[in-house]
Amino acid sequence: MAAAPQDKSRKPRKPTESMDRDELLAAYTTMLLIRRFEEKAGQLYGMGLIAGFCHLYIGQEAVVVGMQHAIDTGDEVITSYRDHGHMLAAGMDPKGVMAELTGRSGGYSKGKGGSMHMFSKEKGFFGGHGIVGAQVSLGTGLGFSNWYRENDRVSLTYFGEGASNQGQVYESFNLANLMKLPVVFIIENNRYAMGTSVERASASRDLSLNGVPWGMPSFSVDGMDVQAVKAAGEEAVAHCRSGKGPFLLEMKTYRYRGHSMSDPAKYRTREEVQKMRAEHDSLDSAKARLLELGLDEAGLKKIDDGLKAQVQEAADFAQASPEPEPGELYTDVLVGG
Amino acid sequence: MVDILMPALSPTMTEGKLAKWLKRPGDEIKSGDVIAEIETDKATMEVEAVDEGTMHEILVEEGTEGVPVNTIIARMGGDEVAAPKPEVKAEAPAAAAPAKPEAPATPAPAADPAYGETKPTTVREALREAMSLEMRADKDVFLMGEEVAQYQGAYKISQGMLDEFGPRRVIDTPITEHGFTGMAVGAAMNGLKPIVEFMTFNFAMQAIDQIINSAAKTLYMSGGQMGAQIVFRGPNGAAARVGAQHSQCYASWYAHCPGLKVVAPWSAADAKGLLRAAIRDPNPVIFLENEILYGHSSECPVSDDFILPIGKAKVEREGSDVTIIAFSIMVDLALKAAEALAEQGISAEVINLRTIRPLDIDTIVESVKKTSRVVSVEEGWPFAGIGSEIIATVVEHCFDWLDAPPVRVAGVDVPMPYAANLEKLALPQPGWVVDAVKKLF
Ligand SMILES: Cc1ncc(C[n+]2csc(CCOP(=O)(O)OP(=O)(O)O)c2C)c(N)n1
Ligand SMILES: [Mg+2]
Repeated sequence: MAAAPQDKSRKPRKPTESMDRDELLAAYTTMLLIRRFEEKAGQLYGMGLIAGFCHLYIGQEAVVVGMQHAIDTGDEVITSYRDHGHMLAAGMDPKGVMAELTGRSGGYSKGKGGSMHMFSKEKGFFGGHGIVGAQVSLGTGLGFSNWYRENDRVSLTYFGEGASNQGQVYESFNLANLMKLPVVFIIENNRYAMGTSVERASASRDLSLNGVPWGMPSFSVDGMDVQAVKAAGEEAVAHCRSGKGPFLLEMKTYRYRGHSMSDPAKYRTREEVQKMRAEHDSLDSAKARLLELGLDEAGLKKIDDGLKAQVQEAADFAQASPEPEPGELYTDVLVGG
Repeated sequence: MVDILMPALSPTMTEGKLAKWLKRPGDEIKSGDVIAEIETDKATMEVEAVDEGTMHEILVEEGTEGVPVNTIIARMGGDEVAAPKPEVKAEAPAAAAPAKPEAPATPAPAADPAYGETKPTTVREALREAMSLEMRADKDVFLMGEEVAQYQGAYKISQGMLDEFGPRRVIDTPITEHGFTGMAVGAAMNGLKPIVEFMTFNFAMQAIDQIINSAAKTLYMSGGQMGAQIVFRGPNGAAARVGAQHSQCYASWYAHCPGLKVVAPWSAADAKGLLRAAIRDPNPVIFLENEILYGHSSECPVSDDFILPIGKAKVEREGSDVTIIAFSIMVDLALKAAEALAEQGISAEVINLRTIRPLDIDTIVESVKKTSRVVSVEEGWPFAGIGSEIIATVVEHCFDWLDAPPVRVAGVDVPMPYAANLEKLALPQPGWVVDAVKKLF
């Protein structure tokens, strides 16, 4: 597969049946959890319970869930500020995530990080980064640590197509393939960086080719199809684990909501958004497939109801959890004081 | 029944205009439908329904201005399929209230009779006007940055400028701060006069090498042959609840470096007068704005000739017992503190630095010789901060006039926390200044 990566990258790969019924159901459930969680976060923001910047992942769920199904416990994940989905997919507790969004002591960063900055050593989630592109070099460093220790772990490094224009991304690509570091670079191409479409920001017309000058194998993937994502992810991860170096995946996806909560959304039409939602929604297609595989509406509705209750519980927890103690202001600046 | 509340649509929004209802009583609503349009100081935004149901009644008519966040604006009839709904709604307004700081009344700048007729102007408008006036006057001036053109500016500073000046002079860049900053400095070395907007100064850290090593040092390294007439501008310091990576003050970082001028406006007049001076200055100028001040309005000279000198501070309030020195949004704080001190019988003089480098030593020294006490106020960290420089200057120039050791008020020496209560504790409050002053007596 690494033989002619450039050819493969020209077109999104064909949807693949990479999951059996149970696995697809599990993936669907996680995607739906992310969606319900994000809807609730949007609501709480509107009520002033969440403040600052809050970037929702609605529309992109298949990317992170598909990739999570391609890795093993012990592999690492790092991403940008659009991070709620990545944390839920990594198995972090919705209560702790939501409580961080409300800035309470029960949050993953004790309320000190907020929506953009959460971490979980236990779940291999390394944040949660606010400076566009910065996590790409950090993710390369996660890969470096695995190379150094000669284990077979892989790190997933997510970034937006807007971030893919930052210089340190290419410095990282070079380092990673030069040193054969086990990093899967994942561009979440949701077509917009705030109000700038990919066409207005990138001279490169095919982002999956951006690793080619460094000899990095790559391809584009239909990021709205969780099974296609998983299949691509497995290939990339296998390549990394076998010591052959990094891999680049361009996920073609779409965000339904604004960039953050304060997005006037004048840079795209409502029709464009509605069309994506109506025709390419990852949850709709996964659900349709599950029905074909013999599940019934009532069963799926029950799952949805359960998730809504779980998310409501997280929201209740996030409001009931107390604010951090004033003394927390001074802790964690340096180890040992 | 589900209450629809006036949503908060940005980190700094406390109220907005209900511009338009797109759903009327009786209309079916599906999740994702746009139900209303709301105007904030930054933009018009669409409000999407999260719940499903039927619009029941509208409580705030369209066209209403100044609707506070969390006001109930409409009621919607729920339907059984919808999510287990807002137990939250009942306690929400109360719970949410403390999260949004009250918009404080802006203390007004001291009058400047010298500049003629004035009108109430927001800092945002003043900045836009300054750039537009200079761009009309000089074809070599252009504006470049992320979202400055088609999007009309991330904070709407450059609204309308693409229309007036066209895409060769108002340029959207990709997210490539290091690259476009270097490009702008190169263009400046070759005689153009770029205005580089950083979406916020936090992102200028990606580009700080080009700012210091290329823009600030070329004049010196070339023996005076070439420099860079360039302005780097954008919001600096804490906004509201945006966390550690998006809230810090860079005044002392840039002020440290020879070869740069550093300006930090407070009022609309400062913004207009100083930005024009910065654009005309033949040197690289770091122009530190403040997001919270963008919407603040104050009297600003209307004259197309109005300009302020770089390097001159302004006494915003005269007093005889203590000198409080501040810049940018901390001038608000200093004036509030002065007000509180006056009630306690202490007469405070407040200096708005306007320019941080070169520092207006004369104005500072003159004031301290009069009051014999000095307190510096800044939002940034205390260590090696602007306060340190001010106090060293005072000690060097008027030690013998001092009746008490100078005091610094600064942001707490920690990265900015997200939690509302901790963020409040991290940022200087008027009370801190009052307490600092009272220690001097
Ligand atoms: C270095 C830097 N520059 C600018 C910003 C402001 N900013 C935050 S997100 C964003 C757009 C990023 O778009 P993309 O990488 O496509 O990710 P998406 O938001 O679509 O997930 C910008 C410009 C920032 N946070 N960091
Ligand atoms: Mg994007």
